[in-house]
Order: sequence, then structure tokens, then C-alpha cells
Amino acid sequence: MVIEALIKIAIVLLVVLTAVSYTVLLERWVSAWVQDRIGPNRVGPLGLLQPLADVLKLLLKEDIEPMMAQKWFHWVAPVISISVAFSVLAIIPFGHSLTIGSTIIPLTIAPNINIGVLMLVALTSVGVYGITLAGWSSGSKYSLLGGIRSSAQMISYELTLGLGLLSVVMLSGSLDLNAIINSQSAGLWNIIRAPIGFLLFFVSSFAETNRQPFDLPEAEPELVGGYHTEYSSMKFALFFLAEYANMITASSVITVLFLGGWHVPFADQLGLPALAMSIVGILGFVLKVLGLLFIFIWVRWSIPRFRYDQLMNLGWKVLLPLGIVNIILTALEKIYLVN
Amino acid sequence: MGYNTKYNNPSTNRKLTLWEKLYLPEVIRGLLTTFKHIFRPKFTRQYPEERWDPPASFRGRPVLVMEENGSERCVACGLCSRVCPPLAIEVRASETEQLKERYPVVFEINMLRCIFCGFCEEVCPEEAIIMSKDYELVFRDPSEGIFGKDKLLVPKAELKERLDFLAEMRN
Repeated sequence: MVIEALIKIAIVLLVVLTAVSYTVLLERWVSAWVQDRIGPNRVGPLGLLQPLADVLKLLLKEDIEPMMAQKWFHWVAPVISISVAFSVLAIIPFGHSLTIGSTIIPLTIAPNINIGVLMLVALTSVGVYGITLAGWSSGSKYSLLGGIRSSAQMISYELTLGLGLLSVVMLSGSLDLNAIINSQSAGLWNIIRAPIGFLLFFVSSFAETNRQPFDLPEAEPELVGGYHTEYSSMKFALFFLAEYANMITASSVITVLFLGGWHVPFADQLGLPALAMSIVGILGFVLKVLGLLFIFIWVRWSIPRFRYDQLMNLGWKVLLPLGIVNIILTALEKIYLVN
Repeated sequence: MGYNTKYNNPSTNRKLTLWEKLYLPEVIRGLLTTFKHIFRPKFTRQYPEERWDPPASFRGRPVLVMEENGSERCVACGLCSRVCPPLAIEVRASETEQLKERYPVVFEINMLRCIFCGFCEEVCPEEAIIMSKDYELVFRDPSEGIFGKDKLLVPKAELKERLDFLAEMRN
């Protein structure tokens, strides 16, 4: 059991870390394409070795610690950020299960967690500590403003996130992520069954991951770099990594909750063997996550940043009431349509 | 008064329609616009492989015109040196036995000082110093930035485009 879990952790970490660095490349490519440019294409074939160059550059930078910084907290903040971003991956089911011989390996690092949704919400909300701590401990006004903004933003949008999530829980009647996927593969995907819930969750995911149009904690024009202004070298790289890892986790969570997880429609009618089926499932999952990542990036290069008051207006006056109405609507749907 | 006119201007501050207030349709419209741009032809020039050929009116680094017989056109009058705003040009004159008696023994342009204003070209009575198309200037050491006659003299044939341009513009 332990060895199995360790192997799974190693594989997932390796895959996700690589994926993170390539998401950065994708980000740069998409930003270039949207602006009628070509994008990085010099390092390696098609620029595919660009992430390597980026990492090398970050590693070789000098690690500067500001004089006014709270040393210990300044050091621990990026660690919190990155560990939270990766720990969520422990409960994401990447595929159904792998059957090799007689052993059945569930494709989750921590299988059989029956309160997966609760754990998800709990873990993602810890992420704000990393950013707020970074902002406060840097001893810089810009960082502090970024930290304060991030805490306000994340707390406001956590509510909407929860309300969007609640509609999924209501429809599937379980907090278990596997049960949620099973309920979707049995019927319709949750994006069709709970479109408003999806919208709420999707929009607040942008706020939770500090992506444009809600990237106020790091708004470059006003706050220089926001909470990570005073960070450099590997500590900065950790924040950078955490941001993109958060994007990947958010995409996986959306895939699991709303897009049927590893469920590929009509795949079970092909009559494939069990092993091929689970591989198809994993591929389906990866494809959905990639699509969502593209949307995350695409939105960043299309929509300008919100003003602080507009952000709060949207969160508290539009999304929160919509979420509450959505709960009632989902309840009615559950009573009259599903049952 | 007046500082807020931009926001009181009726043309920029119209009331949004309900459709626009919903926000989401407009977001999707914006996304479609950027999506279209992904497939547009790119503006990027792949520089070291794909080089830009500037038009004749381009002011690249100043060069000295070399006649067919290998001698310079320059008569070392020193007007260019005199007019040069950043004092980048040094000319030292000498005499020869040829028909055109004067020639520059030393003609140096400090390319680290040159501002590519083209005054030297404009003031030259002999059309001997002209601006070229060359825009790639790289030195590893400040001393390499001082171009002597070896680097400045360019055969007349290579500068035909600019000379024609000047002939046209000056008449």
C-alpha cells in the first residue's frame, strides 16, 4: 500500500511539475498568438526546451532577502503556497482504476476518501495563507497591499466557490469525488445538469488561482508584483510554480466536478478491454484538463483586470445571490427532474 | 473644472444595454475576437535569418563613398566634422599629386557617439559621406566603436540606391 502510494506520488509529481513548466510555455505561446506574434521558438525544436532555460535562469539568480523582511515567514510563505497547490492533487481521481493481473490499482494517490469535496475546499482555502504571509512578511508596501487584496478576494470568492460546488454535491448526493464522477458517467455531465453552478465555480476558480481578470494580488501596473515583489530566485520560482500548479489543480477539479472526470462519452460502447478503457479514461481526463488550461490562458489575454471595487461588487452583489438562487433551482431540479 | 470631462463625455459614457450589462455575452465576444487573432498571419520577423531591407531613405551608419579607382571622394574639408552635433567625426587632411589634391589621411567616426542625424551627409559638398542601410553595429570593446577609413570606405556601386535617392531629393 505504502509503496504503491509512493510510486503514485512520484509519478503525479513528476508529471505535474513537467506540466507546470509546459503550461508556462503554453501561456507564452497563446499570449503571442493572440497578439499576432510567434512566441518562443528558439530553444530546442519549436522552442520546446524553453522551460528548461527558464528554470535554469531562475535557479542561477541571486536570492535577495529584504532588510525589512520577517525572515522566517518570508521563507516559509512560498513553501506553504507550493505545498497547498500540490496537496490537492492527492485526492483527484485521474482515471477509473488500473487492473494489472489480479490487483486493482485505484488511480488516486489517496483513494477511498469519502469526503473528497470537503477536503478539496479545506485545502484550497489554506492557499491564501501563503500569499498573505508573503505579502506581510516582505516588509514592503506593495507586497502588503497585494497580500491584503488576495485575502479579501479569496475569502469573498470562496463563498461562491462553495455554493457552486454545493449544487454538484446536491445532484450526486455524495461528497466522494469518485461517486460524483460515477453519477456523471451514469447520467449527464454536471456542466449540463448544473450550468449555473459550473459558471459560478469556474468564475471563482479564476479568483482563487489569482488569474486574470482577477489577478489583483499581483497587479503589475499598480503593485509592481504584488505579494511576490520582494521575492527572487527559487523563492520566486516557487510562487510562480504554485500559481501554475494551482491552475492545473483548478482545471482538474473542474474536470472532476463538472466535466465527468475520466468519463469519455460513448467509450464504453467500443467494447475495449479493461486496461485500454482505463487508459482511454486517463487520456480523456488529460485532454479535458488541457482544454481548461487553454481557456484559463485564453481568458487572461482577452479580458482586462477588474478594479478592486468592481471585483467586490461582482463577488458579493452578483455571484453570491446567484449562488443562493442556484441552490434553490438545483433543489427543484433534483426533486422534479432527477427523481 | 474640466478635469473630469473624459468621463462626462456622452460619447464615452453611454448607458449599457441589458445585454451588455449581463457581462458574459460581451466576455464571450471578446474571447472570440482574440481567438480569431490566433490564426491571423504573424507580424514577427525572424531576425537573424530574415533581415529587413530598409528603403533608400533609411539613415543607417554613415559611410564614405569610394570611387571606381579606389580613392575616396572626400576632399577633407572638415565640414562634416564641424557640423556633427555629438562631435563624432575626426578628419585630418593631406595632399596628393593627383588632380584632386586634398584627401583625408585620417577619417574616423566614433560610432558610439554618432546619433545618425545625417547632418554630415547634408552638409557634404562632394556627396562623399552618405548614410548607408547598415543598421547592425556590434562591438565587444569601446575601442572597436571608432571606425577608420578601412571600415568607412564603401564602393560606389553598393551605395547606388542612396546616391540616386539623394540626387532625386536634392533637385
